[in-house]
Amino acid sequence: MLIEYLAILIYIAIAVFFALFAIIASALLGQKKPTPLKQAPYECGMTTFGSSFRRIPIKYYIIAMLFLLFDIEVVFLYPWAVVFKEFKMFAFISMAVFLGILVIAYIYIWKKGALEWE
Amino acid sequence: MLLEWILGFVFLIVKLTIVLIILLTVAAYLVWVERKLLGRIQARYGPNRAGEFGLLQPLADLVKLITKEDTVPQEANKGIFLLAPGVVGLMALLIFAVVPFGSGVTLWGRSIPLVITDLNVGLLFILALSSISVYGIALGGWASNSKYSLLGGIRGAAQMISYEVPMGLSLVPVVMLARSFSLVEITNAQSARPFIFVQPVSFILFLIAALAEIKRIPFDLPEAENELGAGYHTEYSGMRFGLFFLGEYITMIILGSLIAVFFLGGWHGPLLPPIIWFLLKVGIIVFTLIWFRATFPRIRYDQLMNTGWKVLIPIALLNIVVTGALVLGTS
Repeated sequence: MLIEYLAILIYIAIAVFFALFAIIASALLGQKKPTPLKQAPYECGMTTFGSSFRRIPIKYYIIAMLFLLFDIEVVFLYPWAVVFKEFKMFAFISMAVFLGILVIAYIYIWKKGALEWE
Repeated sequence: MLLEWILGFVFLIVKLTIVLIILLTVAAYLVWVERKLLGRIQARYGPNRAGEFGLLQPLADLVKLITKEDTVPQEANKGIFLLAPGVVGLMALLIFAVVPFGSGVTLWGRSIPLVITDLNVGLLFILALSSISVYGIALGGWASNSKYSLLGGIRGAAQMISYEVPMGLSLVPVVMLARSFSLVEITNAQSARPFIFVQPVSFILFLIAALAEIKRIPFDLPEAENELGAGYHTEYSGMRFGLFFLGEYITMIILGSLIAVFFLGGWHGPLLPPIIWFLLKVGIIVFTLIWFRATFPRIRYDQLMNTGWKVLIPIALLNIVVTGALVLGTS
């Protein structure tokens, strides 16, 4: 049981070693000639102006909130899917009720316009 | 006993190293394959200077990336900036840990399963890691302190979390039929007929959602060249850019293998040896992805969000209910 996770741990170690090796090799072999102009953020060749951090449309936050709700629903569906063939009708009806409630909420957010991008 | 254990350990390390080296080499050559195919599709030659047919191109690229200067923009959040490409590359490599690529071989009287590790929660492992790679994109874009990168990072995060829901939902029917999260079990459940014939809707949903998840054309809005420079990796150079780039091509291979495992029956197939079948299926999917890139234009952001939330999610939910009813009806 645990040996399976040991394999993943070793795999992570080898992968990290590879990534570090690539970056250290590039740090050793690559040149280093920083100039203020080179370090400036890219803006199509124009001189940079203003802060990079601007206000972000509220849409993105709403999407993030909806994602949380729907992703948790997916999480609930997975254990249900594994045992579905054993519990048969009971599993089907209980999940139909769960999905039914969710669909009502889904229609609500759709009608409220939370899914609109203009 | 101890000797046996040490031998097993050495076998494991050798196997992991070989798999990793093959994966990285294939990813590097995939860049060449993609450029060559795009070239031929657009009636060009593609890379043909370095070596015969440009076959040494990946090597030349590697030398170039390593010897380039690794610039860090001023006022960038240095720690996060330096970490982000590592997250992307590492998560891409890690997903492959649970993908079975053959039925197993016997070497020196020792049976070796052709999968790095067969976790009994393999499918959840994949979904979890693909969620973590959102961090690489979002933080890389945010830490760069550049307007284009920030926009690209936010777009990328919103797109990836939006399409994670339909991607997760499209795999629920697969789990219902296979009754397991283990990728080996899922492959074995398809020995008679691949799930693509039983679950065509799931297959199409997963293909679309996963395409958006790996940000390939027509869903490459986070790195749209002509509006954002290169999006979240605008400010990256040298080997760090190389890690982003490599991560992208590894995820292409991973997507190919996942579709092969979930819908095309994995290594199962007549006549040819299992591993050849697996490579063939992955190859077909990867070729299709490159073909998409040569064919489709990029879609608009509102179209992207509408497709994800208003089309894919209802279809995916309906598909689960219909699958449940069918399974009940036939048993």
